[in-house]
Amino acid sequence: MVEPDFLRFSTLSLHAGHQPDAETGARAVPVYWSTSFVFDDTDQAASRFNLEEPGYIYSRIGNPTTAVLEERIAALEGGVGAVCTASGMAAFHLGIATLMGQGGHIVAGRNLYGGTANILTQTLPRFGITTTFVDPRDPDAYEEAITEDTRLVYGETLGNPGIEVMDIQAVADVAHRNGLPLMVDSTFATPYLMKPIEHGADIVMHSITKFMGGHGVALGGVLVDGGHFDWDASGKFPTLTEPYDGYHGLAFSEEFGPAAFIARARAEGLRDFGAAISPMNSFQILQGIETLPLRMAKHVSNAEAVIAMLVNHDAVSWVSHPSAPTHPDHKMAKDLYPKGTGAILSFGVKGGRDAGRKFIENVRLASHLANVGDARTLVVHPASTTHQQMSLEALKVAGVGEDLVRLSVGLEDEEDIIADLNRALKASQR
Amino acid sequence: MEITYRGEAVRIATGGRPHDPELPGIVLIHGSGMDRTTWQMQSRWFAHHGYRVAAIDLPGHGLSGGEPLERIPDMGEWLAGLVHELDMAPSHLVGFSLGTFVVLEAAAQDPTSAESLVLIGTAAAMPVHPELLTASAEDIPRASRLMTSWALGSKAHKGGHRSPGTWLVGSSTSLIDRSPQGALSRDMEACNVYDGAVEAMTKVGVPVTFILGAEDKMTPIKAATSLIDAANNSTVVKMDGIGHMMPIEDPVGARVAIAEAIGWDGARG
Repeated sequence: MVEPDFLRFSTLSLHAGHQPDAETGARAVPVYWSTSFVFDDTDQAASRFNLEEPGYIYSRIGNPTTAVLEERIAALEGGVGAVCTASGMAAFHLGIATLMGQGGHIVAGRNLYGGTANILTQTLPRFGITTTFVDPRDPDAYEEAITEDTRLVYGETLGNPGIEVMDIQAVADVAHRNGLPLMVDSTFATPYLMKPIEHGADIVMHSITKFMGGHGVALGGVLVDGGHFDWDASGKFPTLTEPYDGYHGLAFSEEFGPAAFIARARAEGLRDFGAAISPMNSFQILQGIETLPLRMAKHVSNAEAVIAMLVNHDAVSWVSHPSAPTHPDHKMAKDLYPKGTGAILSFGVKGGRDAGRKFIENVRLASHLANVGDARTLVVHPASTTHQQMSLEALKVAGVGEDLVRLSVGLEDEEDIIADLNRALKASQR
Repeated sequence: MEITYRGEAVRIATGGRPHDPELPGIVLIHGSGMDRTTWQMQSRWFAHHGYRVAAIDLPGHGLSGGEPLERIPDMGEWLAGLVHELDMAPSHLVGFSLGTFVVLEAAAQDPTSAESLVLIGTAAAMPVHPELLTASAEDIPRASRLMTSWALGSKAHKGGHRSPGTWLVGSSTSLIDRSPQGALSRDMEACNVYDGAVEAMTKVGVPVTFILGAEDKMTPIKAATSLIDAANNSTVVKMDGIGHMMPIEDPVGARVAIAEAIGWDGARG
């Protein structure tokens, strides 16, 4: 039997989206540190502004360095195209704003990054967009929450901070039955561990500040369009199917077909909202993506070693990670994530809030900060940082106990990570 | 726009401009299992450069109604009639892959329909790999991946597309994955059995431009030789480093080649 022959993941991580520079022969992706790009003539200028021909105009809308990053991530996720943004939150907002306006409604799993929860509960309602939160492990709950105003089903592939594993296909089936797209945040997974589009997701977003970059030096976000959602058949997305005066009557699905969503996200969203990523950030994140497969494999193996230590530690009351047999999603995780479920886990320190504080203050190698997915091991106490805007009741609903410590396992030698955690855990009990 | 033709809806992309009967027409016909959006990087440009554009979804494809037609000659007859229905005869008829056979048959059967022919990725015959034939009937995702794997040139497999952020492997597979039930397999069967291209070409009196990809594995340049030889008035344009999927693989190069073929005068419409 003949099989399709495509470049594979590690090769794409190094090459996708880039040809060596034709004029200079530069092998690495150059940083095109330019706000704007010269037109050949007035006709070309008019054609580019009117989306008649592809090419660069102004770096807010498109930049050659950023385009390599966008194409590379689209290749790794298996999408038709991607748009990068200044941050993960900018990508999230761009996705929402491309799909809906005032009166729109979102159904989302309640296990969300605190920033996402905040924009959904506090900020978007001010613009007439509301959200119903549901149990992320219950696809029926998503369906029950859908109304005639719903325009998006949303969730995190690996929840934050409980690492709940989304049953992507089941939730996608619910969304598609109702003529809706499923957008997922797959920041914790990266396409190395799991590609949501292959399991039914329509739009994938990442904070590429995290594992995709891996070095913790550059902010960025991305939206990837899977290209399979039928906007015309749904009939609920006039931004994609109806003529748009902002481009002289252009109907995106009419002309761009599978790429309608990502075309509008760029043409309108970057033009009007302007949350563009810096070309230098794009360059830096590209350096990280070149080693994504190697890093993620090491992150996973280190995380598994840490989990093995924690589950047997006297100072630890519980450990939550899908690789642990006690995790409610363990079986699904093994099927959906054959390479592992990442390097972010949470655990409870015996002694509650005070012991948790002592633990955090006694780590010496791990860094106490509000980030994940760095090459270095990170710890944070969500109740006092990333989720601090949430009430105690909301924290409980989101699965964030006061004793919860979130750990992002880095790439140090596993013996050193374990020794550091062990020392801090002992200190927490004094 | 959508019209009703022979009792069925036909979806036609006009490049964002309503039809002006004073302008010359350019009709764009997609390949197997595809639709009008194959021409997304050409139709809008021509519509704003002095042409009346009709990028057409064949019956049972894209957003057109009806059943996919089974025979290339029937597709050609359908198209020639549609060109008259749109009051666009004669037009520049531009086809890609299967679409090259369709526009060729239209011009051969009804010479009044064509001002010129532009054939992108064509051959005297298009025998289809047996496993692709089977997959097109039973497993569209497998078929789309086989087609994309073979149809893109080596550079396109790595990327670097002219349209920022576009991943061509994904775009190509997605375009074919959206093919309505039965459309891809009927198209593949129609291509596989069609043996009338050379004879049809001998009946064509208008200028014919062949745009061929140097790395095309699906319709290799040498497979077009007898068709080129049969043309009365032909020009051959070879696109270096490009595979079969020219309209999306090198959208600007393909558009420039089409513009030159139909004698665009350099004016913005």
